[in-house]
Amino acid sequence: MSLFWLRVAVGLYGLSLVYAFVALLRKREILSRATLPITVVAVTLHFVALVEAFASGSMATMPLHQSESLLAFLMMLLFIGVYYLYRTTSPGIVVLPIAFLLSLSAALAQGAPQFASPLLRSGWIYTHIVLILTGYAALFFSFIASVLYLLHERRLKRKDLNGLAGKLPALDTIDNIGYKLLLIGFPFMTFGLIAGSVIAEAQYGSRYFLDPKVILSLLMWGVYMVMLYTRWNSGWRGRRAALLAAFAFAAALSVWAANYFSGMHRFVSR
Amino acid sequence: MNLHLVGVNHKSAPVEVRERLAIPEWKLEEATRRLLEYTGIRECVVFSTCNRVEFVVSTEGGVALDGFIGEYLQTDVSQIRDHIYEYRGDEVVRHVFRVAASLDSMIVGEPQILGQVKQAYNIGKAVGSVQSNLDALLSRALSVAKRVRTETAIGSSAVSVASVAVELAKKIFGSLQGRNVYLVGAGKMSELAARHLRSHGADTIFVSNRTHERAQQMAESVSGSAIHFDRLYETADQADIVITSTGAPHAIFRREHGEMFMHRRKNRPMFFIDIAVPRDVDAAMSQVDGIFVYDIDDLQQVVEANVSDRGREAERAELLIEEEVVRFRRRIQSLDAVPTIVALQNRVEQIRQAEVERLRAKLGNLSPEQQSAIDNLTRSIVNKIVHPSISALKSVSGSEQLIATAELLRNLFGIEDESVRRNGTSSVGKRDKNPASGENKQSSSEDNRESEVTQKATSRR
Repeated sequence: MSLFWLRVAVGLYGLSLVYAFVALLRKREILSRATLPITVVAVTLHFVALVEAFASGSMATMPLHQSESLLAFLMMLLFIGVYYLYRTTSPGIVVLPIAFLLSLSAALAQGAPQFASPLLRSGWIYTHIVLILTGYAALFFSFIASVLYLLHERRLKRKDLNGLAGKLPALDTIDNIGYKLLLIGFPFMTFGLIAGSVIAEAQYGSRYFLDPKVILSLLMWGVYMVMLYTRWNSGWRGRRAALLAAFAFAAALSVWAANYFSGMHRFVSR
Repeated sequence: MNLHLVGVNHKSAPVEVRERLAIPEWKLEEATRRLLEYTGIRECVVFSTCNRVEFVVSTEGGVALDGFIGEYLQTDVSQIRDHIYEYRGDEVVRHVFRVAASLDSMIVGEPQILGQVKQAYNIGKAVGSVQSNLDALLSRALSVAKRVRTETAIGSSAVSVASVAVELAKKIFGSLQGRNVYLVGAGKMSELAARHLRSHGADTIFVSNRTHERAQQMAESVSGSAIHFDRLYETADQADIVITSTGAPHAIFRREHGEMFMHRRKNRPMFFIDIAVPRDVDAAMSQVDGIFVYDIDDLQQVVEANVSDRGREAERAELLIEEEVVRFRRRIQSLDAVPTIVALQNRVEQIRQAEVERLRAKLGNLSPEQQSAIDNLTRSIVNKIVHPSISALKSVSGSEQLIATAELLRNLFGIEDESVRRNGTSSVGKRDKNPASGENKQSSSEDNRESEVTQKATSRR
């Protein structure tokens, strides 16, 4: 049943996505007022779907798709949070398509169990997943913010004030969003990694640290820390911050992709 | 009422012509009084700004305003005939609405004109040259202007250098709350920009100038603090917004300064507004990350772009004005009690006839005497019923009350607006003993024809 609500949510995401692009083309505020309620409803349904998935145990049988769904959910949650704090929907042009695609992929998943691992029955693993994915979502959001910052900065420097730059929030606001999310995401990421390490250590021993996904994760965490440090210490913004964020994002992407070739995260019972 | 307007503006006439007609502010009252005394004029108002001189009058018959202009301004009107425009009736209404809404201004949407219209209106009221007709026109014009301002974005974009500076600063910093401004060089324009920034929430204003006394004066007038010019580079990084306007022949702020500031500010952005010519901020400065430099030309370009944006909004405003002109015409017509009375009589007569007609079938064959008795009876009943209403309407004085009473009656008796409008125009035309121009005659006869058509249509119904 969890797929039903998820599919409805995906439909609604798609709808608000269409709205967002129409609004973009019409040179109005990026998301029209009607889009936001749709998004909120979609996120609520999405939450219902996740709870159902958790209760029915399909979280354990289809971890990859469920984590896609969870990641999309967390990103949308951040998107709504950012809207309520800053009254801006600009990140939506990036967040909406990605959340849509992620949850679409989850919604189209077939019911057949792909993985079965006793590991996934333990509650610890869920803590690990939720923490890590929240970290991902925040990092990704922050990356979007730094790209928007860069775009806005370029526009202002080129003295081109029409088009997109006219609709983006002030440079300082974008900067604030990016930095706050970076700060929020870091503890999640850190504790998520710690939780994962504890589980893996108990399960696999030191062999665990040679897993490509684990190495990439640590690399990503390192970049994350460098980003926070440069920002905090010398206030890196704009081009340099965007480059770092892009790097961290690329690392995060490869960590995600590593699911497909990491022995550890395949969770196949051996 | 015959409305008539004669004038010149920045589009119709070059400044040489406008200055020959211009009436200085202190002479406006006298000019209005003199115009009122001129033969044939019942009400008048005079607009005179640097972009326009216009005489709006309400006359009983026609009047040659050329004569007044020639006499009062001692100008040979025939020489400048090509530059003068003339409007009558609805055209006057439309034009006055457009002027008040700043659609006829050089910079469309600029707010000053509204104040100037208000001033002319007040002078007219004080002098006694603005009474029922022009009062209705001008007070409506003011509210139309307000409507245009709130319902279109015509006045929303910044079209002065100072307001563009604020707009840009907001694009960078969001809120200006708690931001510091540094004025380098003490010019009038930078003072204006600083005041503007302050009114949008900017915090401290620092002023530095080569001659320190001047900086102190300026600091006092903007309630900021003066800083010695030789401490400029040590202190400039405290400002988020730097406005430069010195007369220095070379750039004061160069790239290396910018890099130093950014280092000290931990890369928090900085906005340089350079209104000096030659420029005070080196062009290479804008290559520094986090520093934004806008010189006077950039600001000017933004101003121009915003002005053309206003053009688009102006089109929406024009539609709104058209709607208001029609509404005003109706309103003015209800100022006249006659059309309402006529409509009222028509309405009850219509009901009476319809009812008699319905009864006729039941009564069978009636002799002519019986028929006329029924007619007389019913007619006298309806006349007795409407008579107090009509005399009440006739006895009302004051335009506001008249409109209210007329409207009330129309509602009570279910008279449609349209019939009042049509009948109103035609009756005004009929009562016009001395139409001002051929154009007016033509329009009233057209209206007559129109009302005939309406009547035919009603009787067919």
